[in-house]
Amino acid sequence: MKQDTPPLALEVTHLTKSFNGVTAVNDISFTVSEGEIVGLLGPNGAGKTTLIQLLLGLITETSGTIHILGMDLKKDRSKILSQVNFSSSYVSMPTSLTLWENLNVFAKLYGIRDYKDQINRLLTLLEIHSLKDSLTRHLSSGQLTRLSLAKALLNTPRLLFLDEPTASLDPDMADKTRTLLKAIRDQYKITLLYTSHNMKEMQEISDRIIFLYQGKILVSGTPAAVLDHFKENSLESVFLKVARGGNAE
Amino acid sequence: MNLQRVAAMIQRHFYLYQRSPPRIMEIFFWPLMDLLVWGFITIYLQRTQLNLPRFVLFFLGALLLWDLLYRAQQGISISFLEEVWSKNLLNLFVSPLRPCEFLAALMTISVAKMLIAGLASALMAWWLYSFNVFVIGVALIPFTLNLLVMGWSIGIISMSAILRAGQQAEVLAWGLGFLIQPVSAVFYPVSVLPAWIQPVALALPSSHIFEGMRLVLETGILPYDSLIKATLLNGVIITGAIAFFYHTLRVVKDKGLLIQRGTE
Repeated sequence: MKQDTPPLALEVTHLTKSFNGVTAVNDISFTVSEGEIVGLLGPNGAGKTTLIQLLLGLITETSGTIHILGMDLKKDRSKILSQVNFSSSYVSMPTSLTLWENLNVFAKLYGIRDYKDQINRLLTLLEIHSLKDSLTRHLSSGQLTRLSLAKALLNTPRLLFLDEPTASLDPDMADKTRTLLKAIRDQYKITLLYTSHNMKEMQEISDRIIFLYQGKILVSGTPAAVLDHFKENSLESVFLKVARGGNAE
Repeated sequence: MNLQRVAAMIQRHFYLYQRSPPRIMEIFFWPLMDLLVWGFITIYLQRTQLNLPRFVLFFLGALLLWDLLYRAQQGISISFLEEVWSKNLLNLFVSPLRPCEFLAALMTISVAKMLIAGLASALMAWWLYSFNVFVIGVALIPFTLNLLVMGWSIGIISMSAILRAGQQAEVLAWGLGFLIQPVSAVFYPVSVLPAWIQPVALALPSSHIFEGMRLVLETGILPYDSLIKATLLNGVIITGAIAFFYHTLRVVKDKGLLIQRGTE
């Protein structure tokens, strides 16, 4: 019997990006199905951040194509961006605005109709509703991460890019954020593509891992398949093996 | 052009200013300082050199109009820097906000800043020196519009330079306007300048605006030729500035510099 395959949220074909002769992303092709959580893993300089920026249209590709939700990123960037979102621990929001004001501005940028309800819902979900009138500059790093996630969920994105979402969090808050991400995926059926240096986190929440090394995909598969490929018992060992010993193939 | 997104960006800056007395003060502080220092110098010179015709009128009029241009420019460049300083640039560039909507929002903020600063300066000049800038008459409207457009152009050029070179270029947000002031015939006619630099002055809309303003004050006649020249030059310069912004955006995306600008 023929099984229904989920539609593709992302289709990357022969994507290459070079900066002054240095190839940061080298002829990469992969797909991500709707509803998948895909972790991008790799040592520093592997091309993870460049790849996410390419997928968000913040960098122009040297060659190759990117299709998001069936649309060409080059031709339909604005339409695509209204259906995707992004959160990073390295990006902030205006600190002189309250949480509510920041989310209000972004809700309007994303054209959210019932934005007040949506903001209230997300602030409650992320357990920061009591802070809605606080200035953003008074938030802790954990609260800032939650605000950034609230911004990223405002438009109920079909595809969410997360760049090291737990980088600045303590273990307790990082654990809560992971639980939250899974809950968000289950509740909103969002496709997640994210980077992290936290191997445990990757292993715990990813349906699939794409391991990048020197701008190329070294291996792609479920966490178990990646472990099996490298004959290791943890992603951390895989990471160290690759980072210290070339591609360890 | 989505007006809701433009309005959202304007609201973001309104939120910023509503609880930031230093930012509000900054709009009024420098015009007031200029007016105090140069206004009293003007009065002093007038008393010592009685032969100078309409000296107060010329000088204070020039001062007020120059400040309009400067505020219009700052409305663009400082508003852009606010996004850089708050590391919010990437959030904006990954939202559906289009570059033209971003520009439209900054231009609107620039109009608001210019009007607030301009009206406050005009009131202070009237109160301190009994100088009524509105004696320029109806010509004030086209002159002001031309100064606004020129301020936008300088603001967009400095914003593009910051986008390209990073925060090391942020001094341009304050300095670029003053770079052209000496050749803008603000306080003296173009004829005073050395012959070799006069073509540069005549290529700037500002010199035609200030020459025109002096003529209005002296004769009461609106110099249409100055106005037409200023408008045509402004058309060329604003088109060039916007093209430069889009070109810079392409270069920055190609070189992968946007992430640096958004997180530095």
